[in-house]
Parts: sequence; C-alpha cells; structure tokens
Amino acid sequence: MKLQGKTWKFGDNINTDLIIPARYMTAYEAAELGKHCMEDADPEFSKKVRPGDIIVAGENFGCGSSREHAVLALKGAGISAIIAKSFARIFFRNAINTGLPIIESPEAATAIKEGAEIVIDLTAGQIENLTENRRFTIKEFPEFLTKIVENGGLLKWATREKKEPIK
Amino acid sequence: MTLSEKILAQKSGRAEVKPGEFVLVDVDLGFANDLTGPPAIKEFEKYGDKVFAPEKVALIPDHFTPCKDIDSAGLVRILREFSLKQNISRFYEIGRMGVEHALLPEEGLILPGTIVIGADSHTCTHGALGAFATGVGSTDLAFFLLTGKAWFRVPETIAVEFSGKLPEWVGGKDLILYLISKTGVDGARYKSFEFIGPVISRLPVDDRFSMCNMAIEAGAKNGIIAPDSITLDYLRQVNPAWVSSHPDFTLNPDSGVTYSKKIAIDVSEMEPFVAAPDLPSNGFPVSRLSEVKLDQVIIGSCTNGRISDLKIAAGILKGKKVASSLRLIVIPATQKIWQEALEKGYLNTFVESGAAVSTPTCGPCLGGHMGVLAEGEVALSTTNRNFVGRMGHPRSKVYLSSAAVAAASALTGRITHPAKI
Repeated sequence: MKLQGKTWKFGDNINTDLIIPARYMTAYEAAELGKHCMEDADPEFSKKVRPGDIIVAGENFGCGSSREHAVLALKGAGISAIIAKSFARIFFRNAINTGLPIIESPEAATAIKEGAEIVIDLTAGQIENLTENRRFTIKEFPEFLTKIVENGGLLKWATREKKEPIK
Repeated sequence: MTLSEKILAQKSGRAEVKPGEFVLVDVDLGFANDLTGPPAIKEFEKYGDKVFAPEKVALIPDHFTPCKDIDSAGLVRILREFSLKQNISRFYEIGRMGVEHALLPEEGLILPGTIVIGADSHTCTHGALGAFATGVGSTDLAFFLLTGKAWFRVPETIAVEFSGKLPEWVGGKDLILYLISKTGVDGARYKSFEFIGPVISRLPVDDRFSMCNMAIEAGAKNGIIAPDSITLDYLRQVNPAWVSSHPDFTLNPDSGVTYSKKIAIDVSEMEPFVAAPDLPSNGFPVSRLSEVKLDQVIIGSCTNGRISDLKIAAGILKGKKVASSLRLIVIPATQKIWQEALEKGYLNTFVESGAAVSTPTCGPCLGGHMGVLAEGEVALSTTNRNFVGRMGHPRSKVYLSSAAVAAASALTGRITHPAKI
C-alpha cells in the first residue's frame, strides 16, 4: 500500500480538542467534521488541505479525549496518514481500529519539512521524501495490529474471525 | 505481577501476562455517552443486530445534556432507542443521570478486579476501586457490543509512592496535578499508574477518584489503587450484595514485583496545586498564581463534583459572597449528589453566596454549554483539561484546581489559597 501527499507540520501534544473542538461534535460524519479539522490551530486548514495530504507532528499526537471524531475529522479533511514522533494511546487505537495509517518515526517526523512531497510505502516499510530525496525506514508493526489494519479495521477483523473462535 | 497485569491475565484466561503482549479480554462493563455512543452504535449496526451482553452495557447521556440544541437531542434519542431495542436497562435518563464517572461507582457497577471500558478518556477514574478501567474509542465500544471483549497491549507499570503527612487543604486533586507537573502530559504514555504508599492508604475514596481520573492527563492507560478497607467501606454502601458474596476478596500486587519505574513523592511540604493554561502538566503551587484574575469559576465534573468537593466548597463559601467581578457555577456530578447537597444545605449556601447551581452535566468542561467562555476570558475550574479552547473561545484560558481553591478564588476574584479565607 502506497500513499503520496504533501505534508502539513504540527508540534508536540496536538490534542483532540484542537483536532476537532467539542462544539462540532453533535455531528459524527467524517465529511462534516472534516470542515472543522484543526480549526483552532489554523482556521484555514480544511480549505488548504488536499485529499491524500499527510500530517507530520511531534510527540504525543492525539492526546486528550477519546473522541474517535478526531480520526474521522482528519479523514474527512482528506488526510491519508500521520507521521509523528509518538502518538497518545487512545488516538493510536482509534486510528488502528478504523484503518487510518499512522507511523511512529521520530527521525522522519523531525527531518520532513512542511510542504514536502512524500511517499509512504507501508508494504515495503519506507517513507520517501521526494522533495529532499531522502528515505526513512518504518519500524515494523506488531503482528496483532497488522492483522486488524490488513482486514480494514477492528470490526471487519472481528466479523471475519467470528467463523473461528476469537483467541 | 502488578495489579493491572493480574487483572489482564485473569480476564484473558492466562496464568501470566508480560508488558508488551497483546491480549483479548472479557469486559465486565462497557459504556458510552451521548457523543461517543452514536458512532459506536452506527458501527455496531453495520456488523450485528444483537448486543452480546446487554446487562454489561451502560449508556449515559451526560455531555451535552439536558440537550443543548436539536442535534444533541438527536444524539440522546439514538441512545434511548438503542437501549429499548437491545434491552439495555442501564440507560440513564435526564433527571436520573449523572456525569458517567461519578454515576457508575455510585450505582455499584464498578467492582475491584474487573475490566471496565468506556468510550470516554476519563474512564480511568474507576481504577480508584481497583478495577482495570480505561478509555477507548467508539469502534472499540462497537467491538465490545458485538463480542463482549476488548484488545489491549499489556502496559508497563509505573508505581507512584506518596508518603509524608498531607497538609491541610491538600487532597487528591493536588497530588495528581503535582504528579502530572513532574511527568508531563506524556510521561506515562501507554503505561499504567499504580498509586501506592501511606498517603494513599489513608486517602478517602473521592480523592482516589480525582487522582485516577487524571491518569490520562499524563498519557497513562489507567490509574489503579489496590482495594483496601476504604474501598470495601465504599462498596458496602453502593453494592452490599457484592461485598457479602465476596468475603475473602483480595487484590494486591505480588510481593517483590518489579515496576518499569518508581516515582517517590513526599507530600509533607506541598501546597494546593493549580495547572495553568494550556496543559494539565503546567502546574504551580497556588501561591505562585495569586495575581491571576478570574471571570468564571466552575465546581463540578467527573474529577471534582462529588459530595466531599461540595462540602468543602460550601464550608468556604458559607455566609460569604462571590466576587462581583466573576460568576460561580456549581454542578453536582450526579442526581444523588445533588439531592444530598440539597438536604445538607450546601445548595442553599451556594445560592446565597451568589452562585448558579446546575443539574448534573459535563457541559462547560468541554466547552459544550452551561458556562462557555468568551474571547479573552479566564476560568478556574475543578475539571481536568485546560487545552487551548477547551472551555470555549480559542483565546480563553482555563486554570485547574481543587474545589477548595476554586471556592476560595470565587470569593476574591483571583486565584487564592483557601487558608487565606
């Protein structure tokens, strides 16, 4: 699986209130939430971002509330993947469970600049920065999580495995 | 094994688990609120038509209730109709509900040694009674509705030992704000906090709830306290049947257990602690913030809206008036707490001091309703988060404190040490 897009850079501790403020949470459709994605950090973000674009962030991305609306808002805005130095745990599992590719790579998150054109090759485990002609290796995912992502999310995995007992 | 490892091992049918392993566990209680429930239900209904174990499910409309607009009324309606359809008896209607993390223990639904998941990040509150309790997303909850299970990576455990003598006006909220100021907002990321030591052994259950509630603000998966005589005294009030049917129940970490890290904190010289904007880790002793002028004070929430918080606040406010420059909003966390506060005269004290008293709701904590901030306004709140724009306008500010500091500050208009009142 290959993803190509332009990068948008954010700092440390980007919390879910910033990704999607609670005042918009009477909706839970990705397209509607996407209109307000990152609004309090950059009011123009949802207008500037293009389908396939990639967020590059610092430590603890997605900290705070458990709202899966944060993942939906990012998807709705067109974000195809997130590279960060680290992820907060509930955001991490929400991304896995709903099939949004997330890559923990302090090296890539530090080096890649805003506006770079990058390609993420999830199968080969590599990020290529086309703008600076530089490559980064992605750390291998635990097998259990890969299984969920490969099946297209937790419930698809669960219902497929349902034929056999869940171990 | 640590407390969390023991519970995860038992509930995944293993003799032992180690940090880093993935486990699929049987969940004892799973719940969601009016914001996280509807997307979970939508996802569930794509894959199944019958909830695996309706008796293990609770649905609590507490965030935007009493419904603040037409859309939020639509969200609660989804919970109500789903509960009826699926025979979920634990749907808590407005007038009988409370903020989820105050309500569920009060209902006797949180039990030591069990696994509790909630589609709300402050689910970690319930570790105060010795449960492995953690916040999950809506898809996790849909998976639980379908299968009765949840997946976890077994967390490493950080033991935090509190020793010394707790000074007057210092309680659970101050201890946890102090701890988070040391660890930062990601110092316990993916990990479990086990709170131990002589201060914890003597700490009242409400203070334990406040501490475990904010474990997530250090990035932790859960916070947990070994059940002891204080836990059992509490359980005897809320679920006597469980206590009498478990006469020999104990749950302790193994002796000689190795923790991934140990943090030792002596509380003897501590002052009440306040977190300044825009992170819960930005903590200071209260006296360092005495110049901060306030527009609004909130006493309530899953962190500090319990009866002991209201008792402390009423004790400080009795016979005095809220500063003319600000508004004080008091929100008892559950209907039962509201009624007890009424009977004990606390609500009368609040109203006479010039405060507004609300029905239970999460409302202002997340900038929903019942106390949203305008541009440039500053609030002191007994809630748990002070991120940019959390309580309203992106250029409003939130400070976090205990109910004692909040009540004292409501009288002076500035952040104030309760000893000065």
